[in-house]
Amino acid sequence: MKHDKIERNLGILLIFTMLAISAGGMVEIIPLFFIKETIEKVDGVRPYTPLEQRGRDIYTREGCYLCHSQMIRPFRDEALRYGHYSLAAESKYDHPFQWGSKRTGPDLARVGGKYSNDWHTQHLIAPRSLVPQSVMPNYPWLAKNDLDYSDITLRLKALRVAGVPYSNSQAEYERNVKDFGEDVAKTLHIPDAEKNLVAQAKLGNYDTDPSNITELDALVAYLQVLGTMVDFKKYDDDYFVKFR
Amino acid sequence: MSQDKTTTTATPKTTGHNWDGIEEYTNPLPTWWIWGFYITFIFTVVYWLFYPAWPIGDKFTKGIPGLHTITYKATTVDGKEVEKTTHWNMRSKFMHEMNEMEGVQKQWFDKVAAMSFEDVSKDAELMQFVNSAGKTLFSDNCAPCHQAGGQGKIGFSPNLTDDHWQFGGTHDEIQQTIVHGRKGFMPAFKEVLNEQQITQLANYVLSLSGEPHDNAFATAGAQLFKSEDAGCYYCHGADAKGNTQMGSANLTDKIWLWADVPAKSTQESKLAEVKRVITGGLDRGVMPAWGGRLKPEQIKLLTVYVHDSLGGGK
Ligand code: HEC
Ligand code: HEC
Ligand code: HEC
Repeated sequence: MKHDKIERNLGILLIFTMLAISAGGMVEIIPLFFIKETIEKVDGVRPYTPLEQRGRDIYTREGCYLCHSQMIRPFRDEALRYGHYSLAAESKYDHPFQWGSKRTGPDLARVGGKYSNDWHTQHLIAPRSLVPQSVMPNYPWLAKNDLDYSDITLRLKALRVAGVPYSNSQAEYERNVKDFGEDVAKTLHIPDAEKNLVAQAKLGNYDTDPSNITELDALVAYLQVLGTMVDFKKYDDDYFVKFR
Repeated sequence: MSQDKTTTTATPKTTGHNWDGIEEYTNPLPTWWIWGFYITFIFTVVYWLFYPAWPIGDKFTKGIPGLHTITYKATTVDGKEVEKTTHWNMRSKFMHEMNEMEGVQKQWFDKVAAMSFEDVSKDAELMQFVNSAGKTLFSDNCAPCHQAGGQGKIGFSPNLTDDHWQFGGTHDEIQQTIVHGRKGFMPAFKEVLNEQQITQLANYVLSLSGEPHDNAFATAGAQLFKSEDAGCYYCHGADAKGNTQMGSANLTDKIWLWADVPAKSTQESKLAEVKRVITGGLDRGVMPAWGGRLKPEQIKLLTVYVHDSLGGGK
């Protein structure tokens, strides 16, 4: 009896089990690779600068995603509180994405520009000094730890392999100039990553202490760019409906 | 219902498998359960007719055209209102929901937008709306800095409930503040002035608010304040009452934002606070711009809320 054979042979059982389980996933996922209609055509989305990317790494390291989502759903209450619903295009350079569904704190998809650097700095060091009823933990070490950016080129190279258009050659740089404009393309050039990171941290002074570059500088730079890349004023307010 | 085979005398059917004496029944599934299973199949077919479902090449089915549509009102980039009908999807449903809500709130927001600030303040019914909508907007956007009741936080953000306004307290000025944001800047004087001069100035500043101070130093400080050497008068005015254009603080109003004088108990520590501000300057306080984040009518409503409900109408 065939069934008998499968049940008595662990190797075969394993293979057939995997096939059976993955069928559902494949049917749901693979067609999405080919559907062009849902790809949002929108300007402004760019990969993170080296400093922002480093801040993003710290965001994941500290587990901020355990309490914060980064996806505004297309519901009325969410729009009223957080702003325009998130687009898929807005997280296309996120590896891994931070959409999430656990919200102990508010969604952060559009927190960029909402507060000052000063506020973020103080809020991350001691949230309850600004929001007395907050349950967010204190992160005082972020302001004390110097930012380690010795491996920034390696980090960007890894993301480049994952498909993020950081440039590592003149030809790739030229392509980025065409796609993103010169100012942005410069920040995406891997050989200049360290220089760019230091320059942005110095100029932005994100942790309000200009004397050094800390992990807080990077994290605040990241928070301040969230949700700010797309200028929704450039589009009809139902423009994105057609991609669904 | 299937029977409990352990209590019947008939020999139950088994699969024929025998695992060390353990056998497996092949009882049929309950009929109601089987039917439930079939109904889910029928449901999916109905679902395909009504909702986006099947991928076909680089497109996908959107349900039978015209069977399940959503009509909504949209605003184009150049402000025109258009009505559109699409197949059902989350985003058009969202547009429809927003229209519905606006239908309820819009009449109020329209009124606020159309009336002058003064008329809104005088309209008791409208002010009820301003108070409830304003409270929500304020909690979501402003309270993290200005605190829940707008009382501010010394060393961080100004109190909006008093009648003193660094950047001006008319409706128009408050609206400007909210739309474009504000950032007061005062240079550091540690390179320009020596220790003694800073002590004199600090004593003068304390004297303006009736705080304990050294008279001789304060008199010298008063001279210095109006002199080219320090140039404080250039921003704070010769009378030290400040200038709302640049948000230079009124130093005579006993209201402190950056130098936390009231919290200090001794003359020395009060002096040290003021000296700290003069020595290091001020480049911290940033009021973000809300013009890009909130709608004009929301900002107008917040302006009235801040001016009339928090600030007490002055
Ligand atoms: C235990 C859950 C928790 C964790 C972990 C957490 N937060 Fe929060 N966060 C909150 C809560 C609750 C609030 C709302 C109250 C407040 O503003 O403090 C908040 C608020 C915020 C806000 C303000 C959002 C707004 O729109 O007002 C930011 C920004 C933020 N958190 C960033 C972070 C970052 C960055 C991390 C990781 C370093 C982090 N949070 C980790 C719970 C958390
Ligand atoms: C990131 C923190 C922050 C947020 C959020 C914020 N403010 Fe402010 N606001 C400030 C600071 C800091 C100042 C003082 C700026 C200065 O002195 O340089 C200020 C100043 C003001 C002033 C001028 C006060 C005066 O005395 O002239 C008004 C009015 C005001 N804010 C209203 C609002 C409203 C309304 C909101 C919400 C839409 C808001 N603020 C959100 C930080 C903030
Ligand atoms: C370039 C303009 C400028 C000059 C010059 C200047 N100030 Fe200021 N000062 C400001 C502004 C603007 C603020 C408010 C800053 C803010 O709110 O962000 C301020 C705030 C202050 C405060 C804090 C008040 C408080 O509420 O805590 C003191 C004290 C002060 N100035 C004293 C002086 C003295 C003394 C001098 C001369 C040595 C001086 N300032 C010169 C612009 C100036």
